[in-house]
Amino acid sequence: MKPDLFEAPDYYNLDELLSDEHKLVRQAARDWVKRDVSPIIEEYAQKAEFPEQIISGLAEIGAFGPYIPEEYGGAGLDQISYGLIMQEIERGDSGVRSTASVQSSLVMYPIYKYGTEEQRKKYLPKLASGEWMGCFGLTEPDHGSNPGGMTTNFKDKGDHYLLNGAKMWISNAPFAQVAIVWAKNEEGRIHGLIVERGMEGFSTPETHNKWSLRASATGELIFDNVKVPKENLLPNKSGLGAPLGCLDSARYGIAWGAIGAAMDCYDTALRYSKERMQFGKPIGQFQLQQKKLAEMITEITKAQLLAWRLGVLRNDGKATSAQISMAKRNNVDMAINIAREARQILGGMGITGEYSIMRHSMNLESVITYEGTHDIHLLITGLDITGLNAFQ
Amino acid sequence: MKILVCISHVPDTTSKINFTDSDTKFDTNGVQFVINPNDEFGLTRAMWFKEKQGATVHVVNVGGAETEPTLRKALAIGADEAIRINTPATDGFSVAKQLANVAKEGGYDLVIGGRESIDYNGGMVPGMVAKLIGANFVNTCIGLEVEGDKATAIREIDGGKETLKTSLPLVIGGQKGLVEESDLRIPNMRGIMQARTKPLNVKEPVDANAETNTVSFQKPAPKGAVKLVDSVDELVNLLHNEAKVI
Repeated sequence: MKPDLFEAPDYYNLDELLSDEHKLVRQAARDWVKRDVSPIIEEYAQKAEFPEQIISGLAEIGAFGPYIPEEYGGAGLDQISYGLIMQEIERGDSGVRSTASVQSSLVMYPIYKYGTEEQRKKYLPKLASGEWMGCFGLTEPDHGSNPGGMTTNFKDKGDHYLLNGAKMWISNAPFAQVAIVWAKNEEGRIHGLIVERGMEGFSTPETHNKWSLRASATGELIFDNVKVPKENLLPNKSGLGAPLGCLDSARYGIAWGAIGAAMDCYDTALRYSKERMQFGKPIGQFQLQQKKLAEMITEITKAQLLAWRLGVLRNDGKATSAQISMAKRNNVDMAINIAREARQILGGMGITGEYSIMRHSMNLESVITYEGTHDIHLLITGLDITGLNAFQ
Repeated sequence: MKILVCISHVPDTTSKINFTDSDTKFDTNGVQFVINPNDEFGLTRAMWFKEKQGATVHVVNVGGAETEPTLRKALAIGADEAIRINTPATDGFSVAKQLANVAKEGGYDLVIGGRESIDYNGGMVPGMVAKLIGANFVNTCIGLEVEGDKATAIREIDGGKETLKTSLPLVIGGQKGLVEESDLRIPNMRGIMQARTKPLNVKEPVDANAETNTVSFQKPAPKGAVKLVDSVDELVNLLHNEAKVI
């Protein structure tokens, strides 16, 4: 793997829109990625192994729940800071960012938003410190884009709930101590339950042979008559809106994260195009390569503006789910296209592990699919602007 | 123990250097600034003294408001308090005079500076501060232990090391070796958040005229084209007849 020479593009001086604190947050995350992620990530991705030491690193820099208040172990930072952290981590690898996203937005966020004070105190500090890792179970083998059709269910057995069902494509599942599981009660209403490793009947088999997010662990959650204590129900929100609220937070992070992956591909391709000589001149001097690079920086700049504006809206509590959906879809699509074009600029070198591009490219195939597929996000925008529901 | 760490706000080593105003001013446009690396080794050592020996750590910088992010980073890493002396850092002597004033007023036991800053590389400030406040001075310091008011310092010398015993108050010109690069700290998010509420006091400068003034800057001539040679004989011939170095 080549040394990490990354320099972030800022074509429109967007740094002027950030506070000094935002820039310090970004620099800290960037420094950490350069020091602890870039040197090792390719090897782990090649081996399809999760780099476990990353957990303590992510916890140490404060990437788990950066916007959760300090009293629960978070840092109390704003949404733009959270976005910048996700951007920098995904600049290193989408799999590592997924680990951090899930912990922050899909585990800590629902406990903080929908949980009791006791649940917050019990789980959040341990999740912030990385002592416990969490995962989020919504998708099922037969219910991906249509989570409302889920069959995982729980029955009230007086002093406990009895949980049955299965979840699939769950990041962090193989090592998580805590799972936020969405299941229907006897009336068919969706609720969140906190399931802990060790509960009888709960298992988490790992999903192998992925060609994407190879440095992140994915698995299933299987519930076979799991007795869940009643105090493990998240009481403050139910219905499909509860898990979708978590997804808003995660998708927002992805909208930023994808910019990181795109910036890394662009930066690599730009540098390569100035060094690689063909026909007696650097390939960056050829019009077709310049077209690719010019389009990349344009798209990155647009995506940066989108993410920043969305961050401002989220800080004000005004971002709608549809706005978040648009940014997730646009920015991931932008990144996957840039990864592909950047790979071509590098020619044969682009397919090797010497450079990060192919890894980003493969990772982004998951990112464009999870947390709402590209197509579903188009339908969300479609519904928002026409008022006509294409899902049903 | 009360420690003052002097922090220079310098361009990152990867910055592209340009000058403006007929080559008399450094062009800061698009330049990213960092804590001077020699100072960062010192700051990291100071954090060790804070954590292991209960020292109080203040950081100080001479410069305009644009240098505050650098001080905030030092606070995020763990310094207790920051002081910014509100005047541009012109030459070594004027900076040393400002720092000496703060060092004296604050009654610090240990003043840690960097051996030199990586922008103008003057390498004069810590020595001058020591003289101005009447403290002991160890330059090119690559190791420091303090017990009570006694200090053991290791100094880098040509081809080796020198171990010195001295006493507080002490000024050092620190560098790599005080801690290693792998010991340097990346501020974490909680530290950054806490830095918000730590004091960053802006102090007006004392009278100190610069003793030197910049007339102009000049960049090194660009490197010439590389010539590839096929044989040792040709190389010897070129070195002898063209480069005239052998």
